[in-house]
Amino acid sequence: MTPSLTAGSQQRWLLTLLTVTIVLLSLVPSLRLLLEALGDLAQGSEAPLWRVLQAESTWRALWRSLYTSGLGMLIALALGSLFAFVITLTDIRGKAWLVFCFMLPMMIPPQVTALSWLQLFGPASPLLKSIGMAPPLGSPQPLYSAEGIALLLGIQSAPLVFLALRTSLLSLPRELVEAARISGARQAQVWGHVILPVTRGGLIAGGAMAFISSLGNFGIPAMLGIPAGYYVLPTLIYQRMASFGTGVLAEMASLSLLIGVLALAGVALQQAWMKRSRFGLVGHSGRAHDFSLGRWRGAVTALLIAVLLAILIAPLAALVVSSLVPAVGVPLSWESATLNAYHEVIGRQGATWRAVRNSLWLAGGAALVLMLCSLPLAYRLQRLPQRWQSLALGAIELPYALPGVVLAVACILLFVRPIPLVNVALYGTLGLIFVAYLMRFLVVCLKPVAAGLAQLDPALEEAAQLAGAGPWRRLGGIVLPLVAPALFAGGLLVFLLAVNELTVSALLWSAGNETLGVLIFNLAEGGESVLAAAVSVLVVAMIAALMLCLSWLAPHLPKGVVPWQG
Amino acid sequence: MAGLMIDRVSKCFGEQQAVDSLSLDIEPGEFVALLGPSGCGKTTMLRMLAGFEALSEGEIRLGERTLASRELHVPPEQRNMAMVFQSYALWPHMSVADNVGYPLKLRRLEGDAYRRRVAQALSLVDLASHAGRSPQELSGGQRQRVALARCLVTDPDVVLLDEPLANLDRHLRAAMEQSFREFHRRTRATMIYVTHDQSEAMSLADRIAVMRGGRLEQWATPEALYRRPRSAWVASFIGQGSLLQVAAGRPGQRLDEHTLMHGLAAVASERVQPVLVRPEHVTVLPDASAQRGLRARVESVTFRGERHELHLRLASGESLVAYHHAALVEGESVELILHEGWCLEP
Repeated sequence: MTPSLTAGSQQRWLLTLLTVTIVLLSLVPSLRLLLEALGDLAQGSEAPLWRVLQAESTWRALWRSLYTSGLGMLIALALGSLFAFVITLTDIRGKAWLVFCFMLPMMIPPQVTALSWLQLFGPASPLLKSIGMAPPLGSPQPLYSAEGIALLLGIQSAPLVFLALRTSLLSLPRELVEAARISGARQAQVWGHVILPVTRGGLIAGGAMAFISSLGNFGIPAMLGIPAGYYVLPTLIYQRMASFGTGVLAEMASLSLLIGVLALAGVALQQAWMKRSRFGLVGHSGRAHDFSLGRWRGAVTALLIAVLLAILIAPLAALVVSSLVPAVGVPLSWESATLNAYHEVIGRQGATWRAVRNSLWLAGGAALVLMLCSLPLAYRLQRLPQRWQSLALGAIELPYALPGVVLAVACILLFVRPIPLVNVALYGTLGLIFVAYLMRFLVVCLKPVAAGLAQLDPALEEAAQLAGAGPWRRLGGIVLPLVAPALFAGGLLVFLLAVNELTVSALLWSAGNETLGVLIFNLAEGGESVLAAAVSVLVVAMIAALMLCLSWLAPHLPKGVVPWQG
Repeated sequence: MAGLMIDRVSKCFGEQQAVDSLSLDIEPGEFVALLGPSGCGKTTMLRMLAGFEALSEGEIRLGERTLASRELHVPPEQRNMAMVFQSYALWPHMSVADNVGYPLKLRRLEGDAYRRRVAQALSLVDLASHAGRSPQELSGGQRQRVALARCLVTDPDVVLLDEPLANLDRHLRAAMEQSFREFHRRTRATMIYVTHDQSEAMSLADRIAVMRGGRLEQWATPEALYRRPRSAWVASFIGQGSLLQVAAGRPGQRLDEHTLMHGLAAVASERVQPVLVRPEHVTVLPDASAQRGLRARVESVTFRGERHELHLRLASGESLVAYHHAALVEGESVELILHEGWCLEP
């Protein structure tokens, strides 16, 4: 064997080792959780799992989780399919802006969504007060209810339905529609006879994703449910941990197992359905907008804009108004408007700056580290046999597919004692959140890179190999420049998600280690809704800027990396 | 049955002129091919006939009825046409029988009449036993036949075919060509067939419209196209042949052996008429020193099975293709007789 070949295989071993380590790291939290929840089964009816299963509160929270998520899914299906069908299939104008505005709620953190809706309705609403339409004091806040939670869950997850359906609509070959037209079908008949049956896979996938993400959502049921004493599974875990600390870890592990199993069952069900309704489609796809709205165009455009006004613009306007009033309950006018809240959060509140700094460090660090490991990882994964590849991807996806609360509980279990051998205590430090973010967001960064690599013609690399370049050389000189935009987009997505993250950090934060998400949550819980609104406005502005930045990058990225670009 | 009239039809996509003032008068029951290289506008023309694209200028009429003009656009579902797509466009969520019966359902045909018509259409393409299958279980040729059955089930006025053989392998193509021919003979439907393959068009169509850059280059029967092409471009697009400059004849005239050989012997400045010489009209003389014919040098020889194809270079520098029963050595000198030629437009 020539020396260069030996060096090459050494490097391949190194890559394999890295891959195995990372895949194992993704599995470890789930395994630890499983061990804790099932470990004491020998104690019989006194085992934590049995105790949890026998508690009435568990079943009540479970039912409430299912109810709010199910109702939320229906709302998401209605909103998402309306937008997907109209924007993808018809000749409506201003598609890019409609898509961008419709996707924004998905990227806005749930606690901010909840806060803005709370500012919109109810007797204390600054917006309603300013226009003189506020209900009398003492009347109930309509959002503090199961239906309120479901509505917000639906709005938050509607973009998921939209994306899934849009993808399958775009892959619908134009000929299938044209063949029906020339067979004598009118536009409405084509829709019912061909488009809906062929794309039902996308509808099912979107619905399932909306349900699973609603199930794991923490911010919305926490802000709307806790004040009303309405607990779903994630908030039940949070509340128990907040009241009893690590003493109830074993029971919490059992509860986490319960929602983990629910979420995974949802995923499995979705995949089974998808398999049944997947068709091998041939023909020219990617341009399915054959429907002319004709004289209805104005009315349909108005309807979409009205929906956007209701689900996005009005709550955000309420948020902005709330951040400008001097105190809760004061209506906004030219005289009363003030930027005091902004001065307060930026200038004086030490906690705000600390939280901003923490979140920026956590999100930036996680994005950077994940970008560094994503490329070699995706590169190695692509060369695995198909079966191993899908198993490894499944393992990496697990911490993201599971509800955030589950991962948080698993991380506490893993790190509550100092790590053996190196004797480093992560519990109670920012490092704990950082590690949890690495686990949770790895797949977010990896997917665009893997998509970019899959698009790459293998001949490009083979040519470099024949020219004498070793694996690392090829990775750096050929592959990296070609997938750099995808890598960067992956990092940006991680940053976007991590900087506003609440679910994981809500359980893992400690004094001095707050994140932005926790800060808004705590301010709102403590009744400081003006300050919370000011921070939220800044957060939304930052998100919109980052999203625009990604949109601007989109032409240089593989298809599908930027979720809101077709 | 009504004839189809395409009257000075144009189509622009922005700046680009896809179809430029095209006129065709198609007889009822005729099998017409739209032939041309990719990007010549033939598919756009077909989509305008179907009603998937609007016209920029001109008019399309079916019998007395105007289907499309600048002001009027009858939607595809009201044109009583049928189409075979390049990808077949079988709906994956319906069985073979449902695919075929769908146009009937839209025409509110039900019960026994519906089942009889579907069975009839399927047996016409020899797929009666596959009625309950899903389209994904069928081979390419079978899918093609399902698409065909779906076309004929409603007795359409016009059947449009968009490169229907492009996705099939060579053996299947010959068999499918035969089934198209039979299909046309049985139904006597007016058929418009788009293709870029000249041999497909030649073997199937009654008349061929040769298109180039959105314009109609020539509109004639296959035989007329082969024997009497209008321009050098059509001549080179259809069949084999060589272009020589000759000092005789005028466009649209046939030259006999004597005139052609004389015209070739003239000085270069007088040889201004382009003439098409097909390889079957060239004879290689057995004796190269007879001094009777035109001298040429063999440049290359390709074995074609039943004969050898010779690529020759004349003394004037022009190249010429000929057939011969035996292989010749490259570089060898030969003498040729050219029996006839066809004068083209310059």
